[in-house]
Amino acid sequence: MYDVYQIKKDFPILQRPLNGKPVVFLDTAASAQKPRQVLEKMRQIYETEYANAHRGSYTFSEQITSEFEAARRTVQLFINARESREIIFTRNATEAINLVAATWGRVNLHSGDEVLISQAEHHANLVPWQNICKMTGAKLVVFPIADDGSFLKEEYDKYLNNRTKLVSVTAMSNVLGTIFPIKEMAKAAHSVGAKILVDASQYAAHSPINVQDWDCDFLAFSGHKTYGPTGIGVLYGKAEILSLMPPYQFGGDMIEKVTYEKTTFADIPARFEAGTAASVQAIGMAEGLKYMLSIGMDNIASHEQKLTTCATARLLEVPNLKIVGTATEKGGVISFDIKGIHPQDIAFVLNKENVAVRTGHHCAEPLVNRMGYTSLARASFGLYSTKEDIDSLVAALLKAEKFFRED
Amino acid sequence: MDIEELIDNFAFFENWEEKYQYVIDLGRKLEPLDDKYKTDEWKVKGCQSQVWLVPDFREAHIHFYGDSDAILVKGIIAIVLTIYNDKTADEIKNVDVLGIFAKLGLEENLTPSRRNGMMSMVEKIRLYAENAE
Repeated sequence: MYDVYQIKKDFPILQRPLNGKPVVFLDTAASAQKPRQVLEKMRQIYETEYANAHRGSYTFSEQITSEFEAARRTVQLFINARESREIIFTRNATEAINLVAATWGRVNLHSGDEVLISQAEHHANLVPWQNICKMTGAKLVVFPIADDGSFLKEEYDKYLNNRTKLVSVTAMSNVLGTIFPIKEMAKAAHSVGAKILVDASQYAAHSPINVQDWDCDFLAFSGHKTYGPTGIGVLYGKAEILSLMPPYQFGGDMIEKVTYEKTTFADIPARFEAGTAASVQAIGMAEGLKYMLSIGMDNIASHEQKLTTCATARLLEVPNLKIVGTATEKGGVISFDIKGIHPQDIAFVLNKENVAVRTGHHCAEPLVNRMGYTSLARASFGLYSTKEDIDSLVAALLKAEKFFRED
Repeated sequence: MDIEELIDNFAFFENWEEKYQYVIDLGRKLEPLDDKYKTDEWKVKGCQSQVWLVPDFREAHIHFYGDSDAILVKGIIAIVLTIYNDKTADEIKNVDVLGIFAKLGLEENLTPSRRNGMMSMVEKIRLYAENAE
């Protein structure tokens, strides 16, 4: 039994009224709220065993190093990687993707090569490739999705060819909610000799990940979307690929031996973690992952699926509302437009009613334009979202629609 | 309508609904901007919605035309233009826009976090005034 009301009690921020009314937080896709387990763990580290990880030879340093490396193993477990050294801590998913572009891309992309992405990518999985393609002479190719946001296998297959060196795709669109068939896409990419990177930023908070089953070469996601702190993210890479990649940031902790003339670099993962690690954030991130695992990723997925189905039906009550992104395979993200009302105007009234939604191009401007808009409103669900949240959303939208109606 | 009149009108509203219905009305009555100006050239950057601002230098005074695809922003533009329109560059420089918005009870529209770009618009008006000198 999934007791969402009990779960919600773990989130202090969702218990606090704002201007005397409860908060209806429907922007989890942008960043999730944090359970007290994460907050308490981070506080405990700072209060009882904080020092720089991987540095000193005293108790605090040994304790935090051990917790930091345990966090790496928790991430390994969360995505079912073969080894913990395949987990590299970064600042966020954006930095993880940039790392691949700046190191793997710089070495492996040449003039005539192609990088294939979908029309549904976040700027974080588009702009780094635009940039590295410009530097290396490779070509960035974009395969189309359907008008309802669905993945089109025949289009993907058509764009894959023996010039494709890398496929870089989202596992779940942050605008449309579309879930992409990563396992099938990885198989097709490998059949033409390409590598595949998965942007799992959205997916990671919603459904179980299995990098061995998917057989993806790289995978990126962030801590703040998986109920952990900001400032920490993860790049997973197959050990045999990461081991051949050159470092791109240099400094402490990533070296093996340094003289004034020459440096040899440490093995993975340290080679890609130059400087003091965000150790407490990594430990907090692992605590967020453990929190999700304790509830069960399949249970979270099914809870959010129910909410998405419910909200999709209920939103039809709002006159002139159109949901953008109606693929059958879809997670807990609903973007919408109300004809004749700017999303920013909608969000203004929703905010007055304490309903938090995202508006704008959602860092996926070409995608929003491709769907025929310059701006959209988006409601998104998390493991703490309730049916009552949807009631409040619909009531606030009805109020907004009436507020701006011209008659 | 001048700004004093607007301040008087805003004093009567008892809740945000009334206040912003009036802002919407002001937006609907805003002097229209010719569609040919709705291009990137005249766009005010840093707004979540699309905002355009076009100056018309009339001897000593500057007249502004503006528009937005979001109606509340359009209403706020109407108020900003009521404050700034047909003034000299010097007069524009000396306007206490934050003070006026506070008197109107609309200061939440000028905070950076609202990101509706009204501050960018005000800065652009001031820049046009500076360059006109």
